[in-house]
Amino acid sequence: MTAMLSITNLHATVGEKQILNGLTLDVPAGEVHAIMGPNGAGKSTLSYVLTGRPGYTVTEGAATLNGDDLLVLEANERAAKGVFLSFQYPLEIPGVPALTFIRTALNAQRKARGEDEIAAPAFLKKARETAAALKIDFEMLKRALNVGFSGGEKKRMEIFQMAMLEPRFLILDETDSGLDIDALRIVSEGVNAMRSPDRGMLVITHYQRLLDYIKPDRVHVLSAGKIVASGGPELALQLEAEGYDKYVQVAA
Amino acid sequence: MTLATAIKTGDVSQLPSRRDEDWRWTDLRGLLRSLPRQPDHADVSTDGPFAGLCGDLFLVPNGFVEGFTHIESAAGEASVAELRFVAADAASIATTVLVVVRAGASLTLLESYEALADGAVSAITLDIEVAEGGRLERIVLAADGPEGVTVSTATVRLAPGADYAQTVLTSGARRQRIETHIAHPGQGASVRLDGVYLLRDQRHADLTTVVTHGGLDGETSQLTKGVVRDQARGVFQGRIVVEKGADGTEARMGHHALILSDKAEVDAKPELLIFADDVQCAHGNTIGALDEAAIFYARQRGMPEDVARAMLTEAFVGEVVDRIDHAGARDVARAWVSAQLGTGE
Ligand SMILES: Nc1ncnc2c1ncn2[C@@H]1O[C@H](COP(=O)(O)OP(=O)(O)OP(=O)(O)O)[C@@H](O)[C@H]1O
Ligand SMILES: [Mg+2]
Repeated sequence: MTAMLSITNLHATVGEKQILNGLTLDVPAGEVHAIMGPNGAGKSTLSYVLTGRPGYTVTEGAATLNGDDLLVLEANERAAKGVFLSFQYPLEIPGVPALTFIRTALNAQRKARGEDEIAAPAFLKKARETAAALKIDFEMLKRALNVGFSGGEKKRMEIFQMAMLEPRFLILDETDSGLDIDALRIVSEGVNAMRSPDRGMLVITHYQRLLDYIKPDRVHVLSAGKIVASGGPELALQLEAEGYDKYVQVAA
Repeated sequence: MTLATAIKTGDVSQLPSRRDEDWRWTDLRGLLRSLPRQPDHADVSTDGPFAGLCGDLFLVPNGFVEGFTHIESAAGEASVAELRFVAADAASIATTVLVVVRAGASLTLLESYEALADGAVSAITLDIEVAEGGRLERIVLAADGPEGVTVSTATVRLAPGADYAQTVLTSGARRQRIETHIAHPGQGASVRLDGVYLLRDQRHADLTTVVTHGGLDGETSQLTKGVVRDQARGVFQGRIVVEKGADGTEARMGHHALILSDKAEVDAKPELLIFADDVQCAHGNTIGALDEAAIFYARQRGMPEDVARAMLTEAFVGEVVDRIDHAGARDVARAWVSAQLGTGE
């Protein structure tokens, strides 16, 4: 049986520059895989290629979700299939209240899947409960999404959106950066609450402390556009102790 | 040289041309080789865009001011007036309406330009006076046809303590200019001066404003936003003059436009002319495209590209609409924006 997310020999360019160089990775349903690697290795690029960001061109290789070819789909079609990216740098959306933005997104996904729109009371109830669990002030959800929010607040809003949209496959790109100690715990609990046998996760991070909360099944090292080492949770501890030196050389 | 004079004299050489510095982006002389015929009296049986907001109706069909001499809000009273300039024929229309807001009175003026017949050439003049402590909110919805030519010129005189707010909403015309001149006395008087232009095809809209601060401590807040696509052209000319002695003036002017196609054009000239001391004046002017990174973000959350673009465009303009005080007029403005952008439910 193929894994939930299956990436094979992926090559991709941004502009003229080759960033991904034959990346292969499988994430089975129900598992959490961590990706670590030096700055500029191509971690965010991988997340954008998987989610269909314009300007990122796949030149070779494949990526499937539950056997469906992801790479032929529009960004919004991939979202409707359940792919969610928590952005390393979430965007500001002036003039659109967070709740309006999320309800528009949720209903667009439902429409694409042939489901009915969510009723306003049900949506609001869920938003209140989710906000309370993530310790987000409900008033903040009435403000323009991310405009003037602190770095940590933006990351919390990413997890809020994730919890509201209930995606099947989660990509978290440095969701821990910018979070204070309490927020890191709250956000991690939010992510852990979403772990389930039919959901997969790819967690991109630089630090072991996130993996203390969100315990990965596998850890991969991404360097110079490909996976150069894979192991169990102990690999993250080893990287924390030794750094990336030997992997950077392997890749070069 | 004005359109009104040209219509009155029948002499097209009286039309403003691009040689006039203030008209260089809205040339009428080069556009009109001749003027259409004089209008006939016309009956209007349609509703205007502000019908249902319970305003007293002031109808000006084909430029004929019928059944009233001027619009007046009596001292201490609050009222709503629906002022409709309706072009029922493709004729040359020139007309003047006087609006008076007495001391302490409050008036919401819901003004519309409606084209029952396309191709009219209209020169509309408004003389507006707001007395001490009076309040006027003027909402203009200009729904000209694609072949129409309109110049609307409002001259506004404010007394100390007067409060004047204006929002112009326009989808443009073959050529259209909506011009506002405000004599601002300061001394507790305040001005909000806003506009929205949403243009497509080959339409043209020109929002020109001149605010002259002549007294102490006046406040002006101005915000104009535009969205142009296809081969449309938007023009914004905003001038704020702070005369000698008008110390303590606070004036803010913003003009922001989105250009959604290669062939669309926006020309902007924001000007602050300051001859006083101790003033706080600022202006911001941006012309650009939608933020592609924000569009990808919305699409990653599941919105199709057209939904994401419409949402961001509507939000861009929404900031101006939100500044309208009168709730009913604000709803009309919001629905108008949705209809223009094709985002209505
Ligand atoms: N638009 C672009 N044009 C050219 N090069 C780019 C572009 N975007 C990213 N890159 C380059 O691609 C490489 C990979 O960037 P990416 O953001 O994927 O790294 P990363 O592994 O996420 O790093 P970090 O840990 O710092 O977040 C970097 O060298 C970066 O400079
Ligand atoms: Mg990155």
